[in-house]
Amino acid sequence: MVFRQARWDEPLLIELSGEGRCGLALPSDPRLNKEVGDILETVPKHLRRANIKLPEVSQPQIIRHYTRLSQMNYSVDLGTYPLGSCTMKYNPKVIKRILSDPRFKTIHPEEPEECTQGVLKILFELGRMLAEIVGLPKFSLQPAAGAQGEFTGVLMIRAWLRDQGQLNIKNEILIPDTAHGTNPASASMAGFRVVEIPSTKEGFIDVEAVKAVAGRSTAGMMMTVPNTLGLFEKNVREVIGVIHDAGGLVYYDGANMNALIGRVRPGDIGFDIAHLNLHKTFGTPHGGGGPGAGPVFATEELGGYLPTPILEFDGNRYRWNYDRPKSVGRVRSYFGNIGVLLGAYIYGLLLGREGLREASALATLAANYLLSKLDRRYFDIHYPPNTRCKHEFVASTKALALDVAKLLLDYGVHPPTIYFPITIREAIMVEPTESESLEELDRYAEVLNRAARMAAEDPRAASEAPHNTSTTRVDEVRASHPRTIKVRW
Amino acid sequence: MLKELGLKSLDDLFQDIPEDLKPHRLLDIPEGKSEAEVERLIEEALQENFAPEPHRCFLGGGVWPHYVPALVDEVVSRQEFYTSYTPYQAEVSQGMLQALYEYQNLICDLTGMEIANSSMYDWTSAVGEACRMAVRITRRRKIVASRNCGPQRLEVLRTYCEPIGIEVIIVDYDLQKGCIDHTSFKEKVDEEVAAIYFENPSYFGIFEEQAEDVCRLAHQHGAIAIVGLDPTSLGVVKPPADYGADIVVGEGQSLGLHLNYGGPLIGIFAARGGQKVHRQMPGRIIGETITKDGARRCYTMVMQTREQHIRREEATSNICTNEALCAVAVATYLASLGSSGFRELGRRIMESSHYAAKKLGELEGVVSPYYAPFFKDFVVKFLEADPKKIYRNLPRYGVVGALPLGKNFPELSDAALFSATEVHLKSDIDLLCDAVKKELS
Repeated sequence: MVFRQARWDEPLLIELSGEGRCGLALPSDPRLNKEVGDILETVPKHLRRANIKLPEVSQPQIIRHYTRLSQMNYSVDLGTYPLGSCTMKYNPKVIKRILSDPRFKTIHPEEPEECTQGVLKILFELGRMLAEIVGLPKFSLQPAAGAQGEFTGVLMIRAWLRDQGQLNIKNEILIPDTAHGTNPASASMAGFRVVEIPSTKEGFIDVEAVKAVAGRSTAGMMMTVPNTLGLFEKNVREVIGVIHDAGGLVYYDGANMNALIGRVRPGDIGFDIAHLNLHKTFGTPHGGGGPGAGPVFATEELGGYLPTPILEFDGNRYRWNYDRPKSVGRVRSYFGNIGVLLGAYIYGLLLGREGLREASALATLAANYLLSKLDRRYFDIHYPPNTRCKHEFVASTKALALDVAKLLLDYGVHPPTIYFPITIREAIMVEPTESESLEELDRYAEVLNRAARMAAEDPRAASEAPHNTSTTRVDEVRASHPRTIKVRW
Repeated sequence: MLKELGLKSLDDLFQDIPEDLKPHRLLDIPEGKSEAEVERLIEEALQENFAPEPHRCFLGGGVWPHYVPALVDEVVSRQEFYTSYTPYQAEVSQGMLQALYEYQNLICDLTGMEIANSSMYDWTSAVGEACRMAVRITRRRKIVASRNCGPQRLEVLRTYCEPIGIEVIIVDYDLQKGCIDHTSFKEKVDEEVAAIYFENPSYFGIFEEQAEDVCRLAHQHGAIAIVGLDPTSLGVVKPPADYGADIVVGEGQSLGLHLNYGGPLIGIFAARGGQKVHRQMPGRIIGETITKDGARRCYTMVMQTREQHIRREEATSNICTNEALCAVAVATYLASLGSSGFRELGRRIMESSHYAAKKLGELEGVVSPYYAPFFKDFVVKFLEADPKKIYRNLPRYGVVGALPLGKNFPELSDAALFSATEVHLKSDIDLLCDAVKKELS
């Protein structure tokens, strides 16, 4: 397959501007003007705006601009996008159609609850469905993204410790060295000291290291299962026990839940608080970086600490409960990224009990299959023989991972995540998801091996890749250098 | 595939999971359904909502009913944007990167700031992040904010600040005029204060005439001035940079996003103060650069060393997923309007809101507008009627509005917040006023 990405010399909006053009007429009513007169006179003189500089462009100019830009953007609807830990799976199109329903999109969040029972019912049912999957009964759909879910969860640990009178003593959160960067960032945002836990040579959490540091000052631990190496933490229960014995709580980062639906419920095995990334596991689109949704789940005992308000159902009516003295408070406005939540509910209904479980199994199958196809001459694989990875795997390229990634771009596929986890040199982290067909996986394996070979055999040529994309290799150093950085047009 | 891996069944893939960790039952969730059934099921649920058309909605306070141009929906529906991830590989993501770069620049042009990030979750989290940024820059640990800010904004500000020992001091507003009170700020702002926060227009919708004085007060004490806003006001109000703001936050929903029961939203975040300040920004920032061969202008994520995936616990924020697609919507919206259209938007909003305020004020037992000068939202005082009752009953007349203020402002328990925008024509507003009139009688 030959791949050529569009290469438009598309000007910036401001460069398209021509004085006097306007792409939209606003609704107007001359009777209003007659009633209120020259209304701008009521703006205090010293606050008035003198001039505005926005691009002046017509509708055809705008749509061409964005259509051209869109042609210079890779997406999962174009091809394989196996970014590790990002779960770029197919987004069912029916989600988008339902989201455009005017009975949903015009609801103001401050409407009386009597007017919003329909959407509340959907949210409540979604919460119940997700809580069943996670195995923790209490939920909040408020957090806008996974990282905000983490922040919320760690704040809950903090609030719980305060109620225990332990906050001054317990100020450390344990985090494995393979964790996503959001984990330490969230813990530190919530005022905790981060203690990094090393991994064993096999890639699991080092239980002895946990035992060595868990103690008086341990507030809790954040764990991603399967971890970012794609391994199920076989000692998870023991680790949880160590933290609980030390008087801490254990947080489940659900970024990798796509491996486990119906196979393991984090609540069953002792996790106290968890979040899910609905834009990953539940098939809602990523929109070039967002919006997402990061609902949080907790045990019965910790439910009171969830953000305010919480959605309740009395068998008759759905209502938001604001009277929650233990709550960590609000983490964002209103009730959450409802569009994403509704999308996730649709996804859950479509797949259902069996479908969700099968999706996790097929995602795991795809990852193991792809792993088995790697050419060992060009990749180092760190797993002991016969290891079964879960939904993603990590390997090291013998050449520069960056060059392998850029070479892959020329084949019309998206590279894996590179240089992560940080514990692995020249890491590639591959998560094909259940969406890829056998043919796509075979082709991906072929081009991945080819790219790795090319990078090893001719590093100089590789350093000049890519060639078939909208731009050749971007000068990232220049982009961020204090003397050459440019953030204004 | 199983055969190639030497496996018999899918279950074999999970042999590494200890048996005692596996659930011994199937999940208690429904069987999968066809697309057609799911669509029907959701539609049935949605029918239970009262989702008035935007021109029948007179609620504001943080998100507002505005017209969303067809062009905006069309652009953000493009699958190439909709189904892409964060642009980690710049060479195949130039479309999203350029669109976000343009968004950032449009925000800078509107606010007068030097740099904007490519979005926060919403206004509230942007306030929280802005205050934490001020703490990092000044190395001080107090925030002073005015009580006439959006109550949810202040709640989230607390959630973001208090756990790390940042003291949040809420100072009173001028109870007579509804505006920020320079005197009450003056009592609390000293050399320990990292930042002050107020909104212009405020939660009550009024233009803050003392904005410049309060920003100056902050600067006199070495504190940072953070201003929150509804960006549609920037067609008529001068850029916050011109009256002293150092960081501007706000809610971009009013620029091309549907209400969607309050989310997704988009937090505006922009700042000035040179590179030392820029390097304390939270969130993704897109910059312009060139290709390594020097042949082409291109775009990429910059200053990533601030971010969690590199800096981990030392990062300026934990934010990873943001609201990128909403930023594309906002940019499309602003481009559609252009300079003259955007100014006209501000004027049209004020026309509608002022007519609504005036008409409501003509009703017996109603003081409206209670505070002035105002922009889009406005406070209405009921001398006898209970605003909670009006709020609950308005949907019977096919409209929503009259958000009661008493819960967050006990001194305004007899008042409600209304809002009107460019979507409201005279007949819509008359319908609202008739409904309120019937409720009063």
